Amino acid sequence: MKFIVAIVLHGFLAFAVGLYSQFPWWLFVGTSGIVAFFIMDSPAKSFFAGFLGVGALWSGLAFGKDLANAHLLSSKVAQILPLGGSYIALIVVTGVVGGLLGGFAALTGAYFRSKSTK
Amino acid sequence: MRIVPLIISAALTTGLVAVLNTPLSVGKTKTPRLGYFLSPQQGFWQNAEPENKSFDANIVVDGLQDKVEVLMDERLVPHIYANNDNDAYYTQGFLHAKFRLWQMEFQTYVAAGRLSEIVGPDRIATDRFFRRLGMLEGAEATMKKMANNPTLQAAVSAYANGVNAYIKSLQPSQIPFEYKLLDYKPEAWTPIKTYLFFMFMSYDLTGRGTTTDLQMTNSKNYFGYEDFNKLYTNVQDSLDPIIPKGTEYEKASVAVITPASQDSLYFAKTGSVAPNGSEAPDKNNGSNNWAIAGTKTKSGKPILASDPHLGLNLPSLWYEVQITTPTHSTYGASFPGSPAVIIGFNDSIAWGVTNAGRDVLDYYDIKFKDSTMGEYWFNGAWQKSVIKEEIIKVKGQADSVDRVAITALGPVMYDKSYNANGSDGRCLAVRWIAQDGSSGLQTFYELNRAKNFDDYLSAINHWTCPGQNFAFASVSGDIAIKQQGAFVARWNRQGDFIMPGQDSSYLWQGMIPASENPMIKNPERGFVSSANQMSTDSTYPYYLGAANAFPLYRGIIINKKLNAMFGITPADVQALQTNNDNIFAEMARPALFKFLNEATLNAAEKKYVGYLRSWNLRNDVNEKGASVFRDIWDSLKVAVWADEFKNAKLPLQWPEEFALLEQMLKDSVILFQDNITTPNVRETMVDAVTEAIKKATPQLQQMEKEGKLAWGAYKDTRVSHLLKIPSLSRLHLPIGGGEHIINATKDNHGPSWRMVVHLVDGIEAYCVYPGGQNGNPGSKYYDSFIDSWAAGKYYRILFLPKEAANQNSQIKWRLTFTNS
Repeated sequence: MKFIVAIVLHGFLAFAVGLYSQFPWWLFVGTSGIVAFFIMDSPAKSFFAGFLGVGALWSGLAFGKDLANAHLLSSKVAQILPLGGSYIALIVVTGVVGGLLGGFAALTGAYFRSKSTK
Repeated sequence: MRIVPLIISAALTTGLVAVLNTPLSVGKTKTPRLGYFLSPQQGFWQNAEPENKSFDANIVVDGLQDKVEVLMDERLVPHIYANNDNDAYYTQGFLHAKFRLWQMEFQTYVAAGRLSEIVGPDRIATDRFFRRLGMLEGAEATMKKMANNPTLQAAVSAYANGVNAYIKSLQPSQIPFEYKLLDYKPEAWTPIKTYLFFMFMSYDLTGRGTTTDLQMTNSKNYFGYEDFNKLYTNVQDSLDPIIPKGTEYEKASVAVITPASQDSLYFAKTGSVAPNGSEAPDKNNGSNNWAIAGTKTKSGKPILASDPHLGLNLPSLWYEVQITTPTHSTYGASFPGSPAVIIGFNDSIAWGVTNAGRDVLDYYDIKFKDSTMGEYWFNGAWQKSVIKEEIIKVKGQADSVDRVAITALGPVMYDKSYNANGSDGRCLAVRWIAQDGSSGLQTFYELNRAKNFDDYLSAINHWTCPGQNFAFASVSGDIAIKQQGAFVARWNRQGDFIMPGQDSSYLWQGMIPASENPMIKNPERGFVSSANQMSTDSTYPYYLGAANAFPLYRGIIINKKLNAMFGITPADVQALQTNNDNIFAEMARPALFKFLNEATLNAAEKKYVGYLRSWNLRNDVNEKGASVFRDIWDSLKVAVWADEFKNAKLPLQWPEEFALLEQMLKDSVILFQDNITTPNVRETMVDAVTEAIKKATPQLQQMEKEGKLAWGAYKDTRVSHLLKIPSLSRLHLPIGGGEHIINATKDNHGPSWRMVVHLVDGIEAYCVYPGGQNGNPGSKYYDSFIDSWAAGKYYRILFLPKEAANQNSQIKWRLTFTNS
C-alpha cells in the first residue's frame, strides 16, 4: 500500500511542479526526494516507486500528447534523435529518462532518511 | 551508517540532472538538453498540436485602440477585420508571431550577422560577411528615413507591439519547437528587425554580385577581356525583352563618362580574388509575372499572375492573410517580419513582382597606407577611414571581434583578416545600394490601398531595392508593368569586375530617374510579362548589367504562349503557371542533332539518343527524355569548357548555357570547341557532342537501373526546413518543371507562391504555396499545401467582407482581440 501511495505521490507532485514552466524542468527531483524521505521504505522499493511514478507520468503525458497529435511530431523527433522514426521508442525513452531521475531522486531521499534516523 | 550510498545516489542524481540539462556533442552537431527536450510538460511534446485543435480564442492585450476580429478559414488563413489600420497591423504582428515566431526571428538573426549566437562558432564567417556587407547600417538608414514618415512608422511599431504582445503571452513551455531544439529563447521584437528582414530580401535578390563580380574578374584575368567578352557575351540573340523590341526610348538624361584609364586599369588583367562563395544567394532567385488585358480574356476583365521563385523552405517565407479596415481591404502573401501584404490584390487592383536582376553592388580595390587600414589613397591624397568594431557573440564561446574599415567607397569586405588567402592581400570595399536604406515598405503600404494605375505608379516609384518588375492589373481594365528600383547609370561593363578604388572616375555617377525606368501600359498585344530577362533591347540608353544576371528562356516561352492564347480563363492561367514545356530543349535538341554523328555510337548510347529523340519536350514527372537531355547537355558543357577551365587556379563561373546554344544555332565558329589538352587533334563540335553522349551514357544507365531516370526522381525536389533537418523537411516531391521552364521548380528552389487574380467585381483569385500557415512542425498545418502545390492545384481564395465571412461555411474559427 505504501508503495502504491508513493508511486501516486511521485507522479502527482512531479506533475504539479511541472505546471510551472518558468521553473527548471527537473524540479520534480526535489519532490521525489521528499516523497521518499517521508514514506519510509527500503531503498530499492523507494527507487522503483520514484521510477514508476515519474516514468508513468512522463510516458503517460507523452502518450496522450502523441495520440492527439497522430504521431506527427514524435515521428519527426524520433529521426532527429536517432530512434529510427519510432514514436513508441520515443515515448519509452521519455518515460525512462523521467523514471531514472525520479528513481534516483527517491533513492537519495530514502538514504537521507535512513541516515538521519540512525 | 548509509552515508556512502547517500553520497553516491545524491551524486548520481545530480550528475544525471546535469548531463540531461546540457547539450551534448554528437558528431558535428549538438543535442538539445535532453531532459528538458523530452520533458512532457516543458519540452517538445508541448508542441505536438492536437489534430482537432480549435483556434478559437478571446485574446486580451495591451495597445489596441479598438476591438479586432479575426476569422480563420479552414486552411488557417486569417481574415483580419479591424476598425483602424494600426490595429490591423498589430494583429498581423500577433498572428505572425503566433504561427511563425521562430522563423521571423531566425531570419533577422541571419540578416544582422548574429547566427553564431544561436548555432555556435561554425557560422562566424557568415556573420562577418553580413556585417561587413553593411546589413545593419542599411537597416538603420531605413529606420532614419522612416522618421520622416510617421504613418508608416506607426504601422511598423504597431506591428512590433503585436509581435511583442504575443511573446509576452507565451508560456515558456509553449515556445516554438526550434527554440527548444537549439536551446535559446525569443527576444523582444523591434522595428529594426522589420527593416533587417527587408535588407535580407535585398541581399537575397541583389547580393549575387558579392560573388559573381569576383568570379567575372577572375575569368577576365584568365581569358583576357577580348575572349571573355565573347564567352560571357552580353548579346542574347533570342532575347524577348520585358518591354517589346522596337519600343522607343527617350535619350538618357544622366550622361555617364567612361573613365579614361579603363583599358589599362579595368579591362586589363588585374589582381584576382577567390570569393568566399558560400554566402552567395541562389543564382536561380527569379520569378514570373504577367497581366492579361480584357481583350484576351473570356470575361473581358484582366487576369494577373505572379509566382516568385525562391529557395523552397519550411516554414515558408510567405504567410497568407486578408487585412480589412475602413481604409482598405487587401489579400495576399505577407512576410512574417513585416506588416502589410507584399504580393496580392485589393478590391480594385492586383500586383505581382519579379526580380529585375540589375547590378546594384560593386567592389572597389582600396589601397591602404598600412595594415591598420586607418588611411586609404583616394584622389591623390590619404583619406581617413572609420574603423568599426563588430562584436559577434558566439554560443558557448567568447565573443569574436571583427575590425571593419569603412571608406567613402563602402565598407571593406575582403582584407587581410577576412579571406586573406583568396584576396591576395588586397582590400575590397563593397558599395551596395541597399546600404543606403530604403522606404520600400511604403510601396506595399500604398499598393495595398491603390485604386487605379496612377496609385500603382506613385506607390512603386518609392521603390529602390531590390529592383523589381511590378506587374499590375485593375478591375477598371488597365494592365501595366514597370521595372522599378534605384538603378545606377553605368557605362558599358561598369561594375561587372572589381573596379579601381583610387580615384573618383570609377564611382557611381548618378542614378537613373524613376521616370526613365522601363515601363509599358496597355500594350497592343494585350499582355505584359516578365521572367527576369533583360528588360529592354539594346536601344535602351543605359547599360543593364552583365547578361549572366538575366535568364533568357522563361521570358521567351511565356510570351510565345500568351501571344497564342485568346479567351483566357483563370484555369488557363493556372495551367500556364504550372506548364512544363522546355523551350530551351526545344531549341537545343535540333542543335545537338545537327552535330551528332550517330554512326560512332554503340547500342547503349543509341538507346539514350532514342529517348531524347522521342521525348515530347516536356519536363513532366515521368519523362525520361527530360533527364537524358539534361545529362547530355551538362556533359556537353564539360566537353566544351572543362579543358579551358582546367588550369584556372581560382573558382571561375562557367559561361551561361545560352552562350553555347546560340553559337551552335548560328553555325558560326564555336569558341573553344577544340580540346586544348589534345594538341595534335583539332576537335570539332561533332566530337564534343559525341563525347558528351559517351560520357553521359554510363550515368544514365546507372540511374535507369536505380529507377531514377524519370525526371521527377532525377530532379528530386525537396522543401527544406531552414535548419536543413531532413525529418522536418519534405523530400522527394513528385513535381516536374525546372530551369528555363515556366514551372521553374528545381531541386530546392522554385515557385514559392503561385497566385492568379481575375479582376472581376469582387475579385476571383487562386493561390497555393509550398508550405503551410503554421510554422510548427508538430502541426498538421505545417506543410498542408505542399501536396496541392506539387500537383499544380490551387485554392480558391476567400476574399470576403466581414458579414459574408461570418456566414461562410469555410470559416472555422474566430479570434477576438480586445484591449485590457
